[in-house]
Amino acid sequence: MKMHYGAPIIVGLVIFVGALCAPFVVGMAVTKTYKQPELKMPANEKECVESKEFMREKHMQLLNDWRDWALRDGKRIYTNHAGKEFTISLQNTCMKCHISKADFCDKCHTDAGVSPYCWDCHIQPEGLK
Amino acid sequence: MKNNRRSFIKLAGIAAAGLAIAPKAMAAAMGGSAPIKEDPKGITAKQWAMVIDTTRLNTAQGIEKLAKVCHSVHNVPFIEGKQEVKWLWPDIYEHSFTEQENPYLADAVKKRQYALLCNHCQNPPCVRVCPTKATYKRPDGIVDMDYHRCIGCRYCMAGCPYGSRSFNWGEPRDHLDLAALNKEYPTRMRGVVEKCNFCVERLAVGKLPACVEASNGAIHFGDLNDPNSEVRAVLRERFTIRRKPSAGTEPSVYYII
Ligand code: SF4
Ligand code: SF4
Repeated sequence: MKMHYGAPIIVGLVIFVGALCAPFVVGMAVTKTYKQPELKMPANEKECVESKEFMREKHMQLLNDWRDWALRDGKRIYTNHAGKEFTISLQNTCMKCHISKADFCDKCHTDAGVSPYCWDCHIQPEGLK
Repeated sequence: MKNNRRSFIKLAGIAAAGLAIAPKAMAAAMGGSAPIKEDPKGITAKQWAMVIDTTRLNTAQGIEKLAKVCHSVHNVPFIEGKQEVKWLWPDIYEHSFTEQENPYLADAVKKRQYALLCNHCQNPPCVRVCPTKATYKRPDGIVDMDYHRCIGCRYCMAGCPYGSRSFNWGEPRDHLDLAALNKEYPTRMRGVVEKCNFCVERLAVGKLPACVEASNGAIHFGDLNDPNSEVRAVLRERFTIRRKPSAGTEPSVYYII
């Protein structure tokens, strides 16, 4: 059986499949191995509100709870698992240790491609320009 | 067979009852265990209230001075015209007490300017109409806002009979002196409503509201439910009125006339 317009169809198919695969091929060539972002840790404070692992995975849930506890329940003191107390406040507690949004928050958020809207209202320690 | 059906129905009944109380039982077992408490420095009340002495605080200038203090503490943008944002502002008698007008009002009362702000109503219509619970009444009577949740529908502005609420038509930060912000307090963003919060953030650490502190005693503040409080003492002694009493909102801001 003879194929009508065989050659152009095959060529077209090859171009199509090639275009489809191009991102993967190019990606393989240019992508470097992923390097974890380097965060600037607070100079004179070693322990965060909770453990490093907890903060890394769950800081957003913690902030979510903190907001409701402070605003709605009027309870603004948080006791962590070790029994230490913290004032519930992003600007006045978190960012008093993490004194730079750019060197801390943004590092991972940029890498992970997320843009939380905290800073639409909250004022970063660097101030606004 | 009959017996079986009966026991099945019984079992189902018990299971349904269990389902109904399970969440509460679980919360109780955890002791409602959010690891949080109030700041012992804070001051609390059942219903915070304010009594403004209009014999002492009655000029636009005097009230604007307090507004300036309030607005700088809370990073309220300064915008002129229809898009203005205000937590505290002065106005004349006819605008302040629309139902209590009188063509032959005493000169002194007529000439005065009145300090207006959110009344932290005991029966707040703004809370009832807010579809997202961004506006809510706290256990201490303050009508507060969670700006994270506000979707800018402005129902609350339609609901408030006092014009106590302002909408951010644009980016508020464009109208703030960014070098002079209070860095302990956030700003707002475009598309949310804002209003006076009776300085909850100050009460939480034991400070009186900023305007009260700056008023030289012309504004009294205290617990309306406590017969021994400062506001109740003043209310017993002086004649006071409230704004639009017929709206049934039960304002917590009183005016000594
Ligand atoms: S504008 Fe915001 S606070 Fe007002 S009713 Fe809508 S969601 Fe609630
Ligand atoms: S004065 Fe207006 S904004 Fe304030 S609680 Fe009453 S209805 Fe709500």
